[in-house]
Amino acid sequence: MALAWKQYEPGQFYDEIISSPGNARKPAQKLLTYLKSLNDEEVASIKMAAESTIKEMGVSFTVYTDEGNIDRAWPFDIIPRVISKKQWDKTAAGLSQRLQALNMFIDDLYHDQKIIKDGIIPEFVLKQSKNYRKECEGISPAFGVWAHICGTDLVRDSDGEFYVLEDNLRVPSGVSYMLENRSIMKRVMPEIFEQVEIAPVGEYTAKLFDTLSALSPRRIKKPVIVVLTPGIFNSAYFEHAFLAQQMGAELVEGSDLVVQDDDCVYMKTISGLEKVDVIYRRIDDLFLDPEVFNKDSVLGVPGLMRAWRAGNVSLANAPGAGVADDKVVYAFVPDVIKYYLDQDPLISNVETYLCYDDKQRDYVLANLDKLVVKPANESGGYGMLVGPHSTKKERETFKDLIKANPRNYIAQPTLALSTAPALIGKNNTPEPRHLDLRPFILQSKDSYVTTGGLTRVAMKKGSLVVNSSQGGGSKDTWIVDTEAEAK
Amino acid sequence: MLSSVAERVYWAARYLERVESTARLVSIYDKLMFDLARSVNLSWYNLIIINDLETQFDSRFSNKDERNVVKFLLGDEANPTSMLTSLNAIRENVRTTRDVLPEDTWELTNELCLFVKENYQQGISRSKRHEFLEDVVKGCQQIQGMLYSTMPHDYTRCFWRIGRQLERSDMTTRNLEAGVAAIVALSDEEMAINSHQIIWGNVLRSLGALQSYRRATKAAVQGEEVVCYLLENPEFPKSIAHCLDTLINTSLKLPHSKKMVTELKTIQSKVLADIDCQTLGAPLLSNLNELQLMLGNIHFIISEAWFPENI
Repeated sequence: MALAWKQYEPGQFYDEIISSPGNARKPAQKLLTYLKSLNDEEVASIKMAAESTIKEMGVSFTVYTDEGNIDRAWPFDIIPRVISKKQWDKTAAGLSQRLQALNMFIDDLYHDQKIIKDGIIPEFVLKQSKNYRKECEGISPAFGVWAHICGTDLVRDSDGEFYVLEDNLRVPSGVSYMLENRSIMKRVMPEIFEQVEIAPVGEYTAKLFDTLSALSPRRIKKPVIVVLTPGIFNSAYFEHAFLAQQMGAELVEGSDLVVQDDDCVYMKTISGLEKVDVIYRRIDDLFLDPEVFNKDSVLGVPGLMRAWRAGNVSLANAPGAGVADDKVVYAFVPDVIKYYLDQDPLISNVETYLCYDDKQRDYVLANLDKLVVKPANESGGYGMLVGPHSTKKERETFKDLIKANPRNYIAQPTLALSTAPALIGKNNTPEPRHLDLRPFILQSKDSYVTTGGLTRVAMKKGSLVVNSSQGGGSKDTWIVDTEAEAK
Repeated sequence: MLSSVAERVYWAARYLERVESTARLVSIYDKLMFDLARSVNLSWYNLIIINDLETQFDSRFSNKDERNVVKFLLGDEANPTSMLTSLNAIRENVRTTRDVLPEDTWELTNELCLFVKENYQQGISRSKRHEFLEDVVKGCQQIQGMLYSTMPHDYTRCFWRIGRQLERSDMTTRNLEAGVAAIVALSDEEMAINSHQIIWGNVLRSLGALQSYRRATKAAVQGEEVVCYLLENPEFPKSIAHCLDTLINTSLKLPHSKKMVTELKTIQSKVLADIDCQTLGAPLLSNLNELQLMLGNIHFIISEAWFPENI
């Protein structure tokens, strides 16, 4: 492997592991020494061990295709991504700050809307938001927190700084893969864990449990917490089951729950009906309650909103929290932080052009080949235009789309996303591949940020699309304390 | 405990028991065929009859030979109780109850599933069948053993045990039925006595009961004694008496179990009092059939007491 590492060429991008050909960045030095010491057979056998571990552990996600739903094994690259603890601590503080402000923002939107009255955010932003729920107006969830679990996507630009790409405040997924990636690594590369000070990630589920417990309307010692899943055909079902198991909570589907005339939620047990205090729901708002939203939903529970409004059950995340992960709202987050907390943001946004603004729109339309254009309310990487990789025809289509509905579009410069080596091809040659990072942030009574997060990799050469549904893979993420190692 | 989860755990246990008993049944059957004189007309198709699968089998195959029967029992997805369909069902049920079963259950189930999917062809050809089926039985026992040593004695375990014991008792009646039916079918020829021994020996073997039968009865393998043992012996884990006992004791730990216990006790008194094990003939066959139906009915009582459609 030593030879292959000398030939590794990250190019103009910031590489997370390699600083110059053959040399590692400080937090990754021991890792690189270890990797170099492996011969080709050893690398191949570690890779194989990881693959069979994933298969045996049943770590999978579901892909929807025309031929039906397929359970795919989780794609995983064995070279971890390494970040120094010093850098991470700074980033984590920024993430807490961001979620705190976003929650104050959501609470304000469903009450007095001061931020609009004060002219910080134009009213149309709220009016056009697909995720604003009139049904939630005037409701005050515990601690004023609406988004209890947030997955924020970070990218590292060529300057090595982290930027926020988007916030996921509805039902963010991926945290179980972060935890499983670590268990896989511990199984297949146990030696390296003895040498490097790698911060553990396993406490997440305990923190999630505490976050949810604090929301219980009943002041009892052991509130009843359930994870509400749409069921086995959901792409994140594995994760729902995993989290329920790790928290000792019940994993329920809509049909396991009923709301009675007393506006309380009960689950059907072998002893009869049992009252439920907190629901960690992994079902989208519109499917939660057929009495209020989508009338045809069979995934949800009739009367759930009634029970929530009456304060008899807590929902995490609260319905309507998604209003703040609109991509137009995103552009205003730095102002939101300033407005509610009177602080400067600790992590920056990616520069964003709002197409509703005439000047900015003109710039976007003139530079489509250089920009990434995103609709305000899509997730999973759908419905967007990646300028440098687009055809003329696609750009023309987007020109029309933007002109027809400028308020629905934002544009961002194409980022020079950071890379890390991934093992490619039959010979397991390390080659640079682009990555992002999704840490998870919790907030109720206290707040918490995962140590690192889920690193997703675009496994295709040059590609920037990291979504697992579109050919992305993942890596273990190490937060390494180099100062502790030096001692 | 969630009703839906109770139902899934119950089915996972039933299917796992079924996989193991199917593996045992098939693996002893070729030995039985070798041992019996050629003049004895016993066919592989009996395995289909024991399992009440004639309709499904006949719609798939016209040739009732060994290859088709084994294929149908092990790997046919059209057979609702083939080893492969049962394993898929276990996998889905365990996958949806991961939060209550011990963590290793999922991994072991998944492994066993993958193993059978990749290797069941080996079970179809005779040369590697024994080895393959032995591995399947080991895989099942590994899961049962892991549960035995790690599963808390809570409601989940109750439903696991109820599913397992009910399936087990059903399988024991089927094995007995097969034995009696084979005896009845034997023509009065000089080989008959010898054939009797072989047939009953295999019934015991397919339930893993041969050794314990010998120790308990201190008798030769002999039809009436075997039937008696498998129905009434209180110690052997697969005897009807033992299964009923466990079912009753387990049900008593659950809420709303009154009806279930009453019904089980009715079966208990019926089995112990009414069935005459001393004559192996048509009346015994019909008694066994009735017992099987009563056990089948227990499922509906369980469903009514604890499963979600009734809450």
